[in-house]
Amino acid sequence: MKRLVIKNGRVIDPSGGLDGLYDLYIYEGKVASLRPSGGSLEADEDWDVLDAKKMLVLPGLIDIHTHLRDPGYEYKETIATGTMAAAAGGFTSIVCMANTNPVNDNGSVTRYILNRASEVGKVNVFPVGAATRGLNGEMISEMGELRDSGCVAVSDDGMPIIDGGLMRKVLEYSSVFDMPVISHCEDPCIVSDGVMNEGSTSTRLGLKGIPRAAEEAMVARDIVLAELTRGRLHIAHISTRGSVELVRTAKDKGLSITTEVTPHHCTLTDDSVVGYNTNAKMNPPLRDEDDIEAILQGLKDKTIDCIATDHAPHSSIEKDLEFDRAANGVVGLETALSLTLRLVDRGFLGLSEAIERVTVGPATVLGLEKGTLKVGADADITIVDKDREWIVDSNLFFSKGRNTPFEGWSMKGKVVKTIVKGKVVYSEE
Amino acid sequence: MRLKSKDLISTEDLSRDEIELLISTAESFKEISERDIKKVPTLRGRTIINLFYESSTRTRTSFEIAAKRMSADAINISTSSSSVVKGETLRDTAKNLEAMNPDCLVVRHSSSGTPNILAKYLRCSVINAGDGAHEHPSQALLDLFTVREAKGRIEGLKVAIVGDITNSRVARSNIHALGKMGAEVRVVGPPTMIPMDIDSMGCSVFHDLKDAIVDVDVIIMLRIQMERQKAPSFPSVREYSALYGLDGKKLEKAPKDVVILHPGPINRGVEITPEVADGPCSLILDQVKNGIAMRMAIFYLLIGGAREEG
Repeated sequence: MKRLVIKNGRVIDPSGGLDGLYDLYIYEGKVASLRPSGGSLEADEDWDVLDAKKMLVLPGLIDIHTHLRDPGYEYKETIATGTMAAAAGGFTSIVCMANTNPVNDNGSVTRYILNRASEVGKVNVFPVGAATRGLNGEMISEMGELRDSGCVAVSDDGMPIIDGGLMRKVLEYSSVFDMPVISHCEDPCIVSDGVMNEGSTSTRLGLKGIPRAAEEAMVARDIVLAELTRGRLHIAHISTRGSVELVRTAKDKGLSITTEVTPHHCTLTDDSVVGYNTNAKMNPPLRDEDDIEAILQGLKDKTIDCIATDHAPHSSIEKDLEFDRAANGVVGLETALSLTLRLVDRGFLGLSEAIERVTVGPATVLGLEKGTLKVGADADITIVDKDREWIVDSNLFFSKGRNTPFEGWSMKGKVVKTIVKGKVVYSEE
Repeated sequence: MRLKSKDLISTEDLSRDEIELLISTAESFKEISERDIKKVPTLRGRTIINLFYESSTRTRTSFEIAAKRMSADAINISTSSSSVVKGETLRDTAKNLEAMNPDCLVVRHSSSGTPNILAKYLRCSVINAGDGAHEHPSQALLDLFTVREAKGRIEGLKVAIVGDITNSRVARSNIHALGKMGAEVRVVGPPTMIPMDIDSMGCSVFHDLKDAIVDVDVIIMLRIQMERQKAPSFPSVREYSALYGLDGKKLEKAPKDVVILHPGPINRGVEITPEVADGPCSLILDQVKNGIAMRMAIFYLLIGGAREEG
């Protein structure tokens, strides 16, 4: 398929402020041109035609927070299954976290991930290197080698950096390589042995609570450290009203800080834990309606730059357990787009705004040259039937992970085709 | 009348009518333990497994005696660590036990929610004998039974629950059960031992013991469980006793006819002094006696003749 034209679709490209009926011409894996629909095809007969009537044609979605588990935890997910899940969810680029085994804290692991992705991967994979060696929070990692090997950011995601002095060094040192520091903000001393949001639900269930302060204390610390170092800080998966307010204030001051929120933190409250549902257990924990309100406001006014899945596949071995012993995390790649469109349906975001938060928004956060349909850009494209209704059945996931809190949910909006560099990598049915 | 559920997981799930039924059934069974031959054939042929993942003397013995006085076959398994060490999951243990076809599984576990999870897996009845800091319904039911015996009613009574509310399943089960029966519940302890938003469960919060007991009918003292404290919530046993331990002097503040309960085992000299524990207001041994009758009632209503098949 050297030449492809996607005809009659509603093309929405927030990077260029585009929303209308266009035919999108793809040549040699790049966007060749965009022309208003209705024109006749060029005389050249070589074009393959894909009719996207009544469909949305979007820049391929970007997830800057995925756990691929490979190397080391291939029973939870592999680069093959994780990227297939991404493709099925409409994602054409994903950014994978460093908490593999071995940890991605050196060039050989980074190269393994990239080689594997080019061999068996369906979508573009951008690795995140560890911010500290072995994610042990004691010594900064070899960021020069990580950058040269292909890492786009550094993070100890999942293992908050407790030592503020070390975090300062991470922010300083990473700036040499122009790599953002993605910070998982939860003070483990305040978390203590908490397993869900602290509030009336945790009290009733007799589960140890995690106060909002555990997150906000570290968000505040990292913001002042970013101010001190002029480092490039990205705060992962914020979950509380207080965090949104801290980030808003920091941005107002002109600091180079960005942040993300997960689809589940936009959608669910800690009520989902009732019944000791381990598929509603994650870090940070699900909060309440008031936090969701603040998050959605922050997403609207761009305090929150993007939506990221924190796709965290686990097997039943880690999840089919007592609540306090079960692993943290939920899968997200295959439900994220529908949950994002749900925010549009419920009136919290405009359609173009929502698409921005999963395309050019996340691309800008990490400086990826993705998330746009401008002429000359990689032809990473997602075609979506916005009105298609479907029921979440985790048995049908491409991911190995079945740990979704949305099992049985009725969703709207389904990916019909996912195209990476001009090549169809996922096609419905 | 019977219970709505096949399981007894929490008092939160019980209706007032069900609590009344459990208490009146326990009342009628109490006499069996006073007999010379302390056995009735009611549950003959039924198999009850006591699966205790946490150490327990009183509760396990009480369930076992209750089962045996009803002629059920009771098997005790203490897996405080054995199966866990072997790597068997809760679900596998439960499924294996179910393959042996018991009628009822009595489970104690240090993780909140374990009985809820088991009840979903298993066809047999599941009785929660204490799960983490969640609930301990049979304890609360025997407490209500004991209070009603002593006071003639529960409706309108003022009850203070004193101690580490955050980590207490007994407190949660009592707050729900007493509330449903129309009692007014207050919890007492330092803020480090009072969980967030506990008032949403319908109780009020006191930090001063003397203020809290000045007009109460019932005081429930909780055991201070050092083993449940990752970071201790009080500076020393000495200071805890001085502030929240019930001694003769503090008890003088309470009405003369106040009754005192404690789920046991008591730490003499920590949360309660010997003079109070052994004094005229104490119902601690009545609780133990009534515990057997209440557990007989629970078995009877869950797996006895009253239960319909299917």
